[in-house]
Amino acid sequence: MDFGFTISKPRSIEPTEAGREQLLQLEEQVPTFRRCMNCGGCTATCSAGQFTDFNIRKVHNLYRWGQYKELDEELQKCMLCGKCTLVCPRGVNLRSLIIHLRKALNKDHQPGDYQHFIRNNNR
Amino acid sequence: MSDRTTTAQVAVIGGGPAGIEAACALSNNGIRVSLFESEPVLAHNVGNKFKLFPDFSSASELVATLSHKLSGSHVSVHLDTEIVSMEQKGGLWFLTDNYGHTHEAVAVLLATGYDVFDARRKEELGYGIYKGVVTSIDLESMLKAGKLVNVLGEQPQCVTFLQCVGSRDEKIGNHYCSKVCCVTAVKQAIEVKKLSPRTDVFLFYMDLRMWGQGFEELYREAQEQYGIRFVRGRISEAASTFDDRVQIKAEDTLVGQPLKMSTDLLVLMVGMEASCGTKKLASCCGVEGAYGFAHSCSPYLSDNMTDRQGLFLAGSCKRPMSVSDTVNDARSAAVGIADYLKTALSN
Ligand SMILES: Cc1cc2nc3c(=O)[nH]c(=O)nc-3n(C[C@H](O)[C@H](O)[C@H](O)COP(=O)(O)OP(=O)(O)OC[C@H]3O[C@@H](n4cnc5c(N)ncnc54)[C@H](O)[C@@H]3O)c2cc1C
Ligand code: SF4
Ligand code: SF4
Ligand code: SF4
Repeated sequence: MDFGFTISKPRSIEPTEAGREQLLQLEEQVPTFRRCMNCGGCTATCSAGQFTDFNIRKVHNLYRWGQYKELDEELQKCMLCGKCTLVCPRGVNLRSLIIHLRKALNKDHQPGDYQHFIRNNNR
Repeated sequence: MSDRTTTAQVAVIGGGPAGIEAACALSNNGIRVSLFESEPVLAHNVGNKFKLFPDFSSASELVATLSHKLSGSHVSVHLDTEIVSMEQKGGLWFLTDNYGHTHEAVAVLLATGYDVFDARRKEELGYGIYKGVVTSIDLESMLKAGKLVNVLGEQPQCVTFLQCVGSRDEKIGNHYCSKVCCVTAVKQAIEVKKLSPRTDVFLFYMDLRMWGQGFEELYREAQEQYGIRFVRGRISEAASTFDDRVQIKAEDTLVGQPLKMSTDLLVLMVGMEASCGTKKLASCCGVEGAYGFAHSCSPYLSDNMTDRQGLFLAGSCKRPMSVSDTVNDARSAAVGIADYLKTALSN
């Protein structure tokens, strides 16, 4: 699987620019996201993460830094089961976060559009 | 003896929170106390702050309260008086000050505190070289003045904090954690946001040590209410940009993302080291411990006692400590000294 971690152009990003506005917007939509303390509880419990190298914590952190490459595709692995939301010690509404992330990353998605997710998971 | 200028039952060296609190407690119990402070003012290591963690109360008010308490007591206070050496002879301590005067006491309390780490020793971080690089102490002065500006005198777009400067650092020889700087950085980050809400604030940490009551909540508030960006990773070097901003490099170690950014101000969270006075007097009495701090008998039941009879310790001369821990430690030292005097004077 290619998760976009091997880019040969200069990899460092400028956090005051890359993804700044998008992040602020996401935080407006899902205010609890601001509280994340990167404990990894979400990843540890993740249903999709049991069978693939899907790492929800990494995904939302890459979004934080404006690293959108292949994130949309990656997020299709999530089945919106909501286990991550149940375990998060900081009360981050991850399920809602994922839906908004999908929407932000792919304008064709609408919150609550499960068709795309079903299609992907039937493949 | 012509050079003997004072005698007291207890000599307290250091006029910070530890020295003042212990001196007042002893004096209130009818014990004759002299207090020596090398600076012309009391508690300068608190007075140079604006607001204190955990509750943002005023540092200068705390200094005023302590000073008021001291002036209302019978303690004989000697400002501008540095104790440069001391020795014990026949059950009495003889202290020599910077004027060559001698002060005699049955018991001595070492409350000589800390100095902040000299950030110039971390040359790669550019303190003293680039104008945009400041220390947490410099930031306190700016906050006190209510004026937060970049090198050009404008409101900063970005302020970045770096933790553990001079602490937890093999290169510097300080392996220990300075304990107060994590929460101080969170406190200062919030103050920056309050003063300048449109400024982006980043805080680079290796671990966030929110050990005290209310600290973790403050961290949460910093994220939730103030949108402060916490990034795990150490800034390894700073450089100047053409427009006098500071360019820094770090890694977000939680995702392996290298970051390179410019910031108007880089605030170095300098650690606490044993003060010159602590180092000098602790070694002079043979109670020098790790990193030049003074060494107590045992951290459990006799943390105010030393291996030397009649020599006691209180506060941050032992290790990094907050004001509330310092003040409690000073009260406990006062109890120990009062007990000691009972036996020493009855013999
Ligand atoms: C950046 C920073 C921010 C902080 N913010 C907070 C905060 O918000 N809240 C909090 O609770 N704590 C805070 N602290 C910690 C606080 O400063 C200490 O807890 C407190 O000052 C310790 O008191 P002390 O009396 O042990 O030592 P000090 O305050 O260092 O006092 C020791 C005194 O001894 C004097 N002295 C030294 N040698 C001699 C000598 N040979 N002869 C005579 N006098 C001598 C010194 O001049 C000094 O006045 C902060 C510390 C730092 C570094
Ligand atoms: S469980 Fe919650 S706090 Fe922990 S990494 Fe996931 S979102 Fe962040
Ligand atoms: S909702 Fe998605 S990210 Fe969360 S546990 Fe389920 S599969 Fe994993
Ligand atoms: S308190 Fe925090 S910033 Fe200070 S040395 Fe310890 S870990 Fe580093």
